[in-house]
Amino acid sequence: MSEDVWIIGASMTPIRRHRDRDALDLSAEACLGALDDAGMSIRDMGVMAVGTQFEPYTFGQQVQKQIGQTGIPLYNVHNACATGATAVRSVLMEIKAGEADLGLALGVEQMTAGSPPYRSMKPAEGNEFTAEGRDGHVMPTEGILGTGQMFGVFAQTGMDYARQHDGVGFEQFAKVAEKNHAHSTLNPLAQYQRPYSLEEIMSAEMLAYPNTLPMSCPTGDGAAAVVLVSEERLRTLDPEVRRRAVKISASVMTSDPYDPSGLAHPDVNTLTRLAADQAYERAGIGPEDLDLVELHDCFATAELVHYDNLRLCEPGGAGEWIDRRGPWRDGELPVNVSGGLISKGHPIGATGVANIYEVTTHLRGEAGDRQIEGARVGMTHVIGLGSACAVHILERAAGG
Amino acid sequence: MSEPTATIPVVDYLVLDDGPAHLVGNRCEDCGATFLDRHNACPNCGGRRIERARLPETGRIESYTVLVRGAPKHIGPFVSVLVRLDDGTYVKANLIDVDPVADAVDTDRPVRIVTYPVGTDDSGTEAIAFGFAYDTEGSAQP
Repeated sequence: MSEDVWIIGASMTPIRRHRDRDALDLSAEACLGALDDAGMSIRDMGVMAVGTQFEPYTFGQQVQKQIGQTGIPLYNVHNACATGATAVRSVLMEIKAGEADLGLALGVEQMTAGSPPYRSMKPAEGNEFTAEGRDGHVMPTEGILGTGQMFGVFAQTGMDYARQHDGVGFEQFAKVAEKNHAHSTLNPLAQYQRPYSLEEIMSAEMLAYPNTLPMSCPTGDGAAAVVLVSEERLRTLDPEVRRRAVKISASVMTSDPYDPSGLAHPDVNTLTRLAADQAYERAGIGPEDLDLVELHDCFATAELVHYDNLRLCEPGGAGEWIDRRGPWRDGELPVNVSGGLISKGHPIGATGVANIYEVTTHLRGEAGDRQIEGARVGMTHVIGLGSACAVHILERAAGG
Repeated sequence: MSEPTATIPVVDYLVLDDGPAHLVGNRCEDCGATFLDRHNACPNCGGRRIERARLPETGRIESYTVLVRGAPKHIGPFVSVLVRLDDGTYVKANLIDVDPVADAVDTDRPVRIVTYPVGTDDSGTEAIAFGFAYDTEGSAQP
């Protein structure tokens, strides 16, 4: 089995509505920050991967023109909300294959300056009906044949869990958002940094039942980057770099296996369970060994079902777990102490690197006011609808 | 505008001209997996022999949401449901003939396909959509 790959540099921009900064500037800040954090130059990097959902093709090469063009291989990757994690894994695989011993992975999204290409909603009347596409639709079917929009899909996923488990309902989902908004008050990088009461969350404007607006991730911009190194090369680096190094004990990706319901409604559960189980096996640990988890809470409903999918709670016990504050930062296993996507923000391409930045920062003991004391092992999880799942397990250097 | 001169289903897997309105899917001859959309090979087993299959008109709601702010403006709040038809095929559509509020959704009640007009084009052709409504005939399997 090949040696482990380690993180020696990590950086992220604050997540904001960056109206005056484009995706290149956000990318450059994250990349240069990660290189500085590692004590490395772009000339040390043997490979680069860049993840973005909305920027045009060969965007990564445009980033190189901002931070250094050295002729190395560059992978532009695209995997919905799992894009950033896919970039990290692309660099990791190149290092594991022995093609490079140092690499840079970036995730970025600028969602304010250019509006994301969401599907237009044409009214139903006018012109002549013509069957189009593989389903022969004669008009946009959103709102006629149910919903395929993200917030609707994740709302239905939550209600499916509620139907199958007693004691799960609107209030349990709302408690997830109460927790994450409370957590982000300690995170200066978060887009929102104010607490919301449970009552405020439950009485806010409904987006798609049961998710109100404060239970849904905002539109925001940001970038995050990490520098990865092979174990062999790490042994040659300065003691201070080695002391702060974080081991990637598992890097797992899955796509959705066939399920009869999955063709009509994306199944975010099965591939998450597959990825989590593989990650625990590869890392040789269990959920009881985790000190913190950053999971994909694009909506409050998503976070609750992933407690169960990632084996963080008793099977079927996600509602009861949030009721007894298990995933709060002072609970049994802190989940989304960054504030999560709901409150920290969710720049699509950046998210799967930003959560690795967050866990890495805790494992290094450098998370400031929001530090989880003594954190040694952490997990990150992202889902890209359609679907792609990535789970990483990170561990602090022995003796670190 | 005059009376519609013709109708067209809003999607091609809705059949209007062969008895009661129903859906037609595709079924893998090897493993029996059934889906609404068109596949070159079976997503379950990779089999390449795919046949058309008439789908049952009744089923049960597995999950739902009520889109409020997120709904297209020309449609307004609606109830989206994932329905498991009696043969195990899944279909997403609207639950109709109910108020668009969460309390109106009862996942214990069987549902049946119903159709309704959803728009008319410049030549007078009427588009017919399908949705699900609570089945008062009660013929769905438990």
